[in-house]
Amino acid sequence: MLITILFYTFAAVLVGAALGVVLSRNTVHSALFLVLAFFTSAALWLLLEAEFLGIVLVLVYVGAVMVLFLFVVMMLDINVAQLREGLTRYAPLGALVALMVIVQIVYVTWVRRLGLTADMAFPSAEPLRGTQGSNTEALGALLYDDYVLPFQLAAVVLLVAIVAAIVLTMRSRPGLKQQDVAKQVAVRKEDRVRLVKLPAEKGP
Amino acid sequence: MSSLATIGGPVGLPHFLVLAGILFAIAVAGIFLNRKNVILILMCIELMLLAVNFNFVAFSRWLGDLDGQVFVFFILTVAAAESAIGLAILVVLFRERKSINVENLDTMRG
Repeated sequence: MLITILFYTFAAVLVGAALGVVLSRNTVHSALFLVLAFFTSAALWLLLEAEFLGIVLVLVYVGAVMVLFLFVVMMLDINVAQLREGLTRYAPLGALVALMVIVQIVYVTWVRRLGLTADMAFPSAEPLRGTQGSNTEALGALLYDDYVLPFQLAAVVLLVAIVAAIVLTMRSRPGLKQQDVAKQVAVRKEDRVRLVKLPAEKGP
Repeated sequence: MSSLATIGGPVGLPHFLVLAGILFAIAVAGIFLNRKNVILILMCIELMLLAVNFNFVAFSRWLGDLDGQVFVFFILTVAAAESAIGLAILVVLFRERKSINVENLDTMRG
């Protein structure tokens, strides 16, 4: 019963936060609503006994990605009124698409129960794969054992993202004084030193 | 068993699937509604990925199989990389055009 109450509370907050992301007039408010959505999602994942992912969602998304979003939103000087003026033009189409998606999902998963006759309730929690029941421990064992190569590839993806983000945003300002090491190394004596022959002065 | 009789019953797989579907639909509607602001479109993509992750976690719990959670881990990684690069492109774009209005970004329209 407690789980049911918690689920419906967090689900209501999550849907409200998602609507806030979409409908709020200020981009900063949208970003903060998205933070709320991530927090409630983390709580719902805790209800699903995915403790590690819940914590990671808060740490990575709220701690890093959303701070990046807020940073960019506040850094760019955006004309809010101009951005929002065309909101209602596509509203009926968007609402129609959303409604159709919801109706289809509800029909397939709730009314038809995915075409399965199996019990849709979650099985009672059992110790996972020979561990002490710790989600983090089981996930770590899986990640460093069966999924070592994809794990390394994920690291490569992150490295590429870092390099790409830096390369994209790096710019050379005009008038900026900086060293060019290759030029310094390649310099020759003739470029720098000029021997001038002066006529000797005649003595008095 | 009547399908609607489970509303007050224990929370199961369909509850989470419907929640994820609603979340996804809101995100899709957000992309349709906000045709002006690139940052909001990026946020809606984040919401979509969150909805998909909900499905993975719910099915992982239902099947008692942790592989779904490993997938969520990788999706989170790729999504973080995607948003970092997307925001970097956005910053460069704003520096060039002084605007992030989607309707101004039609230079490559044929």
